Amino acid sequence: MANKHVNAVVIGAGAGGGVVAKELSAGGLTVVIFERGRWHTYDEHGDDELTSQRTFPLKCGYGPDNARNWRMVQDGKNGWTKVFPNDWSYGNNAACVGSGTVTYGAMAWRFQPVDFHLKTKYGALAGSTLDDWPIGYDELEPYYEKAEYELGVSGDPTNDPFVPPRKNPYPMPAFSFNKEGIILEKAARRLGLHPFPIPMLRNSVPYNGRAACIRMRTCVGYACPVGAKAGTQNTVIPVALKTGNCELRINCMVSEIMIDDKGKAKGIKYFDSDNKLQVQTSDLVVVSASASETARLLLNSKSKLFPNGAGNNNGWVGRNFQDHAYSGAYGLFEEEVYDDVGPGACIAINDFNHRSADIIGGGVLCNEFIRMPYQFTSIRPSGSQRWGKEHKDFQKQNFRRHIAIHGPVQEMPVFDKRVEVDPVVKDFWGIPVVRISGYRHDNDIKVGQFLADKAEAWIKEAGAMQTWQAAPGKQSVPSQHQSGTCRMGNDPKTSVTNKYGQLHEIDNIFIADGSLHVNNGGYNPALTILALGYWVGGHIVDEWKATHMK
Amino acid sequence: MKNQSFSRREFVRLFAGGTAVMLISFNTACRNKISQWRYLNEEEITLLDAIVEQIIPTDDFPGGKWANVSNFIDKQLDSYYRHHQAAYRDGLSAFENTVIQMKNKQFKELPFAEQTLILEKMEAGEFSGDYWKDHPSADFFDLVRQHSLQGFYGSPVHGGNREYISYKMLGLDYPNVIGQNRYNDLSWRTYNPKSPENGK
Repeated sequence: MANKHVNAVVIGAGAGGGVVAKELSAGGLTVVIFERGRWHTYDEHGDDELTSQRTFPLKCGYGPDNARNWRMVQDGKNGWTKVFPNDWSYGNNAACVGSGTVTYGAMAWRFQPVDFHLKTKYGALAGSTLDDWPIGYDELEPYYEKAEYELGVSGDPTNDPFVPPRKNPYPMPAFSFNKEGIILEKAARRLGLHPFPIPMLRNSVPYNGRAACIRMRTCVGYACPVGAKAGTQNTVIPVALKTGNCELRINCMVSEIMIDDKGKAKGIKYFDSDNKLQVQTSDLVVVSASASETARLLLNSKSKLFPNGAGNNNGWVGRNFQDHAYSGAYGLFEEEVYDDVGPGACIAINDFNHRSADIIGGGVLCNEFIRMPYQFTSIRPSGSQRWGKEHKDFQKQNFRRHIAIHGPVQEMPVFDKRVEVDPVVKDFWGIPVVRISGYRHDNDIKVGQFLADKAEAWIKEAGAMQTWQAAPGKQSVPSQHQSGTCRMGNDPKTSVTNKYGQLHEIDNIFIADGSLHVNNGGYNPALTILALGYWVGGHIVDEWKATHMK
Repeated sequence: MKNQSFSRREFVRLFAGGTAVMLISFNTACRNKISQWRYLNEEEITLLDAIVEQIIPTDDFPGGKWANVSNFIDKQLDSYYRHHQAAYRDGLSAFENTVIQMKNKQFKELPFAEQTLILEKMEAGEFSGDYWKDHPSADFFDLVRQHSLQGFYGSPVHGGNREYISYKMLGLDYPNVIGQNRYNDLSWRTYNPKSPENGK
């Protein structure tokens, strides 16, 4: 039986897609959300470290599965290696209802105003496609606020002199610091820095019918047992479903956007939960499948007018693939600094984000989420024993006596760091797979070293007996912070969508995920993806009411 | 593989259930013992026990052998790590042969300190012999090392970390009862910008 025609198809039930589906269905459009994964609960996974979304030697508990999904990545010798979701080089993000927002650490950062016009601030950068966004911070500010209030953010900007301007306070008070946060707060002040609590998409007090956080040690990488962590799966998606206008179709893999000879999207093809090929027609299509999978779907949607993929006549789809060049330091202390108050990450400084003369970009610095026992087995200064008595002694001695600080170095977009579809290799359903190539810009390495030095100085001031750095290299596969592959812009020659996430070339296809980011900020990108969901979704509803996309 | 383990369970159920007497009378004739292992055999487990005990040695806390790390590895070889089956079967066999060539003894018969020296050579990729040309000993060592650490420090649901011994060792309370255990008063306070240290 043919599926009933709907106004909008939304592909991917993560941060961007969840918000867009809610905006559209609340605005009166009929919507089907397609999600290749399914619903997950804490009870299904518990606190099992080996199948979490943080460390996943056995499997990625929240998807995707190794049996049907794989990718090709450059092997550094002009060849390609086949990799699976629980290989680090796959660049995995969760595939489930809520996607990364189920298992993320839930930091709720707004980008800095300057992040929206980096080219104006720093000028052209050789080897980078650095550019300004077509929208400014002021335009996005109300949408940041909407995300903060509808999903729920705990924060307090009082002690952050560099906080992006806000019209209203956070909806919930910030979390108190744990033991290492208190130690680091004092040390930062002694250094003349400006420590403040990390804003979190996590309830410090009961909010919108969901409970307050119980400060578990397993948070990032795991679902929340009490629903205190806000994801789209426990906020906007249930609201969308309740409108009566929205259906969520899980375990469905979208393979292609159908585009007619006039250059309009007609709907999508997908493999249903029984792996049967189906068609869903619609008036418009929103793609929010993550920077890698969104680019893959566009590239796999070839048609008469777009032989290189949907909206890709300029060859920019899949380019400028970015993540964050995480950089920081570890320190060992004589006294115990661990008090088991989760999730661990609680304190930040904005002092090194765009505020250093010789540095382009930068990043926020935060103390790290709790390192679980298996994860901790590989946290060692170089030259340490990797097994045996010395290794076990280190576990016993330092698990409760170490602090980690790191930050997401803002990567400079590189044209040849990219997502393509492999010309030969196909996945379980026969869909050409993602292949990933390219290297980080040299600036990322330079800023990475800069930030590692700052992190190490902070830990030393806090009283560490021994410290070491962890700075980034050139090789990377963007994963949970992946972005940039369908950048927005005013110039159709050097961007994929306009300022509303609408493809320049196909006006009834929209993008709503990190793919849109012209650059990825020096922060975890979740709140910006959510805000862009409201921005794009709001625009679609307005345009729909005016023209019905005819 | 699922079918195999199902049929083994069936087999155990049938024989352990109603026909204990038959089992006893067949015991002498039927010399093939029902193995408690899924993929590895007794000899391989004995060897692996000695290796995992080196990776995580016993001190004032139990080591890899007591914590059932070999059971963890055997269990994964029948599920998530099926693709490593050949590496273990061939690797353990080549390892034992290499040790016998070097020392004229099995690995398990050697004193602890001598075992350590052998594994250090293996880790450094210094094993020679035909097998190790195509399968560098450093790679196999690292595989067993990683799996051992997973078995000792990961969740007991996967067959290792007996009685959450590594959690006890690190001072992490268990079971992790949602919303009930530990959490000092601090965790229930929110941030006070005028007194960040004390909260409110």
